[in-house]
This record gives sequence, structure tokens and C-alpha cells, in this order.
Amino acid sequence: MLTRPIHEPIVEMQATSDEALISRIAAGDRLAMQVLYARHHVRVYRFVLRLVGNPTTAEDLISEVFLDVWRQAGKFEARSAASTWLLAIARFKALSAMRRKPEEELDEETAGAIEDPADDPEVAVEKKDKAQVLRKCLTALSPEHREIIDLVYYHEKSVEEVARLVGIPEATVKTRMFYARKRLAELLKAAGVDRGWP
Amino acid sequence: MIASRDKAPERADIESLLPWHAAGTLSRRDAERVERALANDAELARSFELVREEMAETIHLNETLGAPSARAAQRLFAAIDSENASVKRRTISFDLGGWIAGLIEQVSPRTLAWSAAAAAVAIVLQAGLLAGLFIGERGASYRTASYDEAAAPVGQGAFALVRFNPTASAADITAFFESHKASLVEGPRAGGIYRIRVSANALPHDELNKVVAGLAADKSVVAFIVPAQ
Repeated sequence: MLTRPIHEPIVEMQATSDEALISRIAAGDRLAMQVLYARHHVRVYRFVLRLVGNPTTAEDLISEVFLDVWRQAGKFEARSAASTWLLAIARFKALSAMRRKPEEELDEETAGAIEDPADDPEVAVEKKDKAQVLRKCLTALSPEHREIIDLVYYHEKSVEEVARLVGIPEATVKTRMFYARKRLAELLKAAGVDRGWP
Repeated sequence: MIASRDKAPERADIESLLPWHAAGTLSRRDAERVERALANDAELARSFELVREEMAETIHLNETLGAPSARAAQRLFAAIDSENASVKRRTISFDLGGWIAGLIEQVSPRTLAWSAAAAAVAIVLQAGLLAGLFIGERGASYRTASYDEAAAPVGQGAFALVRFNPTASAADITAFFESHKASLVEGPRAGGIYRIRVSANALPHDELNKVVAGLAADKSVVAFIVPAQ
């Protein structure tokens, strides 16, 4: 029934490799910085974009995230995976940027960024495209729910990593994930897709 | 009845772990616990299918978000180069300050006391030097990699387009760059292609082909490489 092998050894190998890069960055190795950037910038960008909803802002923020890595590499203690550290810096930057903007402007931008050329949910259901409706509903979640869904499903963060990254207890991580999925089910139901859960 | 009530919290706990089980991020112990429950509980197995659907579409959604443009990397590395240049200049200005202090120390207190004119000249000289350095440092904060004398100008050199082997580790790629004295110029482009500088000087066509053939031989790192303009 396992959909993927339990990839702890792969995670460990990657963490070791990233750690070595970060040590070299701490010593001022620009090439190591290029490699770390090439390896992680797309995922960090997507994480930030899903939070701030504006591609230009997201690009500016990832430059700032990796500049912080360049400056703070000596302080990285490898208590968590490098990717978790990067996402934590990115999250802080994104939330700061969001606080600087008026809420209504942000919502408008977010809506613009997630707008896709697909039909609205009702029409899509008529086309029996459940996957498309599901994606549409994923974009309609609150930032808090979007964030946890992305961290767990896309960024493959464990309960412990999400807890550290978001700064909440592990039990709250599980509860928040449950409510995010419940909200998703409600949105799907409103769009005509009743999955019979919860 | 009591037994089933006892099982309810355990089942709820297992159900809360399903998203992490689908992502493969549970500990081995928890993963085995979930596996056992899934094998014996059809309703739980159906819930797990819903989780997998959500995960598939979350991945799909994120993968369609695209990637940042080269502007983000240019901005980052220009800032890094600017900081490096600034650090170098701060070091130089400190040394010059020490040098000036040394000069003043060489003049005896008696001479200083009796020679107000000399002191004034020294102060003016020091102020002038510091002002010059300050202006120089401010200028440096806007420097980019393309203006760093230590690096080849962006358009200069010989280049190749490369796609790295997916199994190559970051350490392998770093060693590859070092051993071939190559550097990353741009990327990733569509299809995971990077533009790299293989020589600081422009090379004749045949020579560039030879260099690229040498790089292609490093098959553990290079999946694909061609000469580029």
C-alpha cells in the first residue's frame, strides 16, 4: 500500500550534501552558493509565490532569502534540513512582505495570480474534470491552509519539520492539516464534488 | 463495544497521519502502523485514496507555477559581489587609516606641539583621503559581477550549454566546475539546461569542440552538453 518508499536515507544524503555546501558558503565560496541556489530556488520561489501571490514580489523575495543564506550560513546548525531552513527564511520574508501591503491589495493580487484560464468550478464539473476542480479549490483555501497543504504534500515536510517551520506544536500541525482538508472538502462539495469525507 | 471505543482514538490518530504517509515522510514505525491499519480497514483505505488525490493535484498545481526568471539570480549575485567588493574596500581603508596613524606616530610629540601647521596639513590630508575612500566605497555598492576585475566580463569567454545528470550530487557538480575551471553563467533554462563558461577567453571552433568533448567525458555529471555562443 505504500505509495512511495520511505526515503529517509535519501533525505539524509541530501541533507549532508546541502550541509557541506552551506559550510563552504560560510567560508565565502560563491560557487557553492550557485549550486545551492540552482538546487533549491524553484521550490523556494513556488512556496513564496503561493503565499504572496505576485510573481515579481516572489522573485524579489527569493533574492533576499538566498542573500540571507549567504550572510547567515555560518549560523546554520543543521538541526533541520537545509531545505527546511530555506523555507523558514522564505516564510518570514513572505509574511513580512504581506504585512507591508494593504490586505485588500494583496487579496486582489493573489486572486489575479491564481486565476487560470480554466472554467469556473461548476462548468468544470460538467466536464467531469474533478482534478481541475480540485486544483481550483486548492487555490481558494486561506493562506494558512494553503501553506500547510503545500508543505506536507509538495515540499514533503514531516510533522516535526512543519512544526519547527511554522512555529506551532506538532499536535496543532495535525489539527491544522485536518481542518485544511476539511475546508477543501467543503469547497469541493460547494462546487458539486461530494467525496463523502469527512 | 468497549473495544471499539478504545480503537476510535487510535483510528483517528492513524487517519491524521495519512497525508504524511502519502508523502512518505513518516518514521518507519508510524509508516508500518498506518500500513497495518490500511490493510484491515476498507474505509480508511478509501480515505487514503482521497489524500492521494489531493496530493497529486497539489503537486500538479505547484509544478505549473513556473520558475523565477534569471533576474532573481542576477540580483542575488550582484548583491553578493557588491558585498564582497565592499568588504575588500573596508579592509583597504582600515589599512590606510593605520598607515596614516603610523605616519603621525613617527612625528615626535615635541614637533607636533610646536608645528601647528604640520598638524593641520596632516588632518586635512587624512580627511581628504578618508573622503576619497568613502566616495569610492559608495561607488562600489552598485558594482555588479560584470564589473569585477577578477571575473571575466559576462559576454567574454567560451561557453557551453549543459544538462547535468540527475544522479549527480551537488558535490559532484561543484567538483566538476572546479576541475574544469568552468563557471555557471545562467540557468536553469527550459529542460534544466544551464549555460556555463568553459574558458575565460574566446576559443576557436575546433578547440571549443575539444574542450566540450572533454567535459562530456565526465558522464557521471554531464547528461548533455553542446558548444554555445
